[in-house]
Amino acid sequence: MQNALSVVVDSLPYLLQGSFLTAGIVVFAMFLGLFIGIFMSVGLVYGNRYIRNILTVYVWIFRGVPVVVLLFLFYFGLFSFLGLNFSAFATVSIVLGMTTGAYQANIFKGAILSLPQGQFKAASALGMSDIQAIKSIVLPQILRLSIPAWSNEYSIILKDSALAFVIGAPEIMARTQFVASRTYQHLSLYITAGIIYFLLTWAGVIGLRKLEQYVRIPGYSQHGNQ
Amino acid sequence: MMTDKKPILRVKNITKSFGDVTILNSVSIELAKGDIKILIGPSGGGKSTFLQCINCLVMPDSGEIELDNERIQFTRKQDIYRLRQEVGMIFQDFNLFDHLTALGNITVPLRKVKKMSKKEAEQRARLELEQVGLSDKESLYPAQLSGGQKQRVAIARALAMDPKILLLDEPTSALDPTLIGEVINVIKGLAVKGMTMIMATHQISLIHNLADEILFMEDGRIVEQGPPDALLAAGNKSKSQGFCDLLNELSEVEG
Ligand SMILES: Nc1ncnc2c1ncn2[C@@H]1O[C@H](COP(=O)(O)OP(=O)(O)OP(=O)(O)O)[C@@H](O)[C@H]1O
Ligand SMILES: [Mg+2]
Repeated sequence: MQNALSVVVDSLPYLLQGSFLTAGIVVFAMFLGLFIGIFMSVGLVYGNRYIRNILTVYVWIFRGVPVVVLLFLFYFGLFSFLGLNFSAFATVSIVLGMTTGAYQANIFKGAILSLPQGQFKAASALGMSDIQAIKSIVLPQILRLSIPAWSNEYSIILKDSALAFVIGAPEIMARTQFVASRTYQHLSLYITAGIIYFLLTWAGVIGLRKLEQYVRIPGYSQHGNQ
Repeated sequence: MMTDKKPILRVKNITKSFGDVTILNSVSIELAKGDIKILIGPSGGGKSTFLQCINCLVMPDSGEIELDNERIQFTRKQDIYRLRQEVGMIFQDFNLFDHLTALGNITVPLRKVKKMSKKEAEQRARLELEQVGLSDKESLYPAQLSGGQKQRVAIARALAMDPKILLLDEPTSALDPTLIGEVINVIKGLAVKGMTMIMATHQISLIHNLADEILFMEDGRIVEQGPPDALLAAGNKSKSQGFCDLLNELSEVEG
C-alpha cells in the first residue's frame, strides 16, 4: 500500500503532463469537429441533393467505423499513402475531429430544423442573402441550442482520446500503461488515470454549462420556442 | 381610378401550384404611390401565397413583376434582392429574430443589407422604434415583449429598410384582442404618411378606414375588386359585403 501510494505520487507529474496532450487532442478535435459540423449541417439542410448525399455518406462512414480502425487506417495507411508525415498527436486529433464532426453535423442539423421557419423568411424578406441569413440569424441561435449536446460530445471525445495510446501518442492512458508495466501498481495507477479523466470531463461540462448560461437569450426559456 | 398616377408596382398573371394543386391562378395587381389595397377572402384562398409571390419569397411559376417599370428576372438573384429591399413585409406571427434585442432586430439587416456602420444603424433603429412608440424597449428580447410590441418592432424593422411598398399578411390576427389596437394605430399612422401597402386582413376597421380598393380572393383568383364604398354599400349583394357582414357579426360576438 505504501508502495502503491508513493508510485502514484512519484508518477503524478508524469501522468499530468499527459493530460496536457489529452486536453490538446480534445480541444483540437472539438474545434475541428465544430468547423466540419457547421459546414456540413448547413449543407445537409440547405444543400442540393448531391451535396446532401455526399455528406450523408461521410456521416455514415464516421458513425459506422470504430475509432481504433480509423486511427490505424489514417496513421499507418492513408497518411503514408498520401506521403504525409503526421505525428500520432496530429493523427488522433484529426481522426477524432472528423468523427465528432459527423456527430456535430447531426446535432446542428437538428437545431436548424427546430428553428421557427419564419425567421429565415423574415431575413430574406429584408433583402438578406441566404448566406447572410445563415450567418447572422441561423448560426447564432443553433450554436446556443447545441451547447448541451456539444457537452455530451466533449465527454465522448475526451474518453475516446484514450485510444490514442494504440498509435503511441504519449497522453494520459499511454503514460499510465507505461508506468504500470514497470511498477506493477496497476490498480492504483488506473484509478489515478480514471480520476484525471473524470476531472477533465467534469471541468469541461461545468465550463460549457456556464457558457450556456452566459449566452442564454433573456426571457427565452420561460416563454418557450415561439 | 388611377389614370392620373402611374403604377410603381405591376404584378401580372401570377400563377403558382404546389404539386398539381393550383394555388394562384393568374392573379394581377397594380399599385400607384400611396395606394392601399386590401385582400380579403376565405381561408386557403391564396392571400398569403400571393403576398409572398410579390417579393419572391415564394417563387411564382409564371407571371411578371415590374417595379418602377423594371421587369424583375426571377432567375437573377440581384433582381430579387433589390425587389425585397424595396418591398417590405410584415408577417402574421412577427418573425422577430429571437436572439437579438428589439434594437438588434433592426440594426442587423441595416448593417448586412445596407452596409451601414454600427452607429448609423443604431441611430436609424432608434428613430424607427420611437415612431412605433417603443423607445424604452430597445434592449428587450422578443421573448420579453408582448405580441403587440413584437409586431410593432417588426414594423419598425421593415420601415428602417426604406421600402417603397409594404406587404402586410394579417398583421393583427395572431394578437390578443386587447393588443390589436396599438398595431392598428401604427398601421393607420403609416397610411396617413402615404405608405403604399397591400394588406391581407380581416380587421373590419382597417378594411373600412384604409382601403382604396378591396380585392376579394377565393380559390386562387381575385373574384371581385373595387373601392369599399361601392363593394360594401348597404344592400349590395357583393361577396365582399357578405364576407364583411360575417366579420362584423363575429367581432360583435367577440366584443
Ligand atoms: N408550401 C406549400 N405547400 C403546399 N401547399 C401550400 C403551401 N403553402 C400554401 N399552400 C396551400 O395553398 C393554399 C392557399 O394558402 P394561403 O396560405 O395562401 O391562403 P390564405 O388565403 O392566406 O389563407 P388564410 O386566410 O388561412 O391565411 C392553401 O390550400 C394551402 O394549404
Ligand atoms: Mg394567410
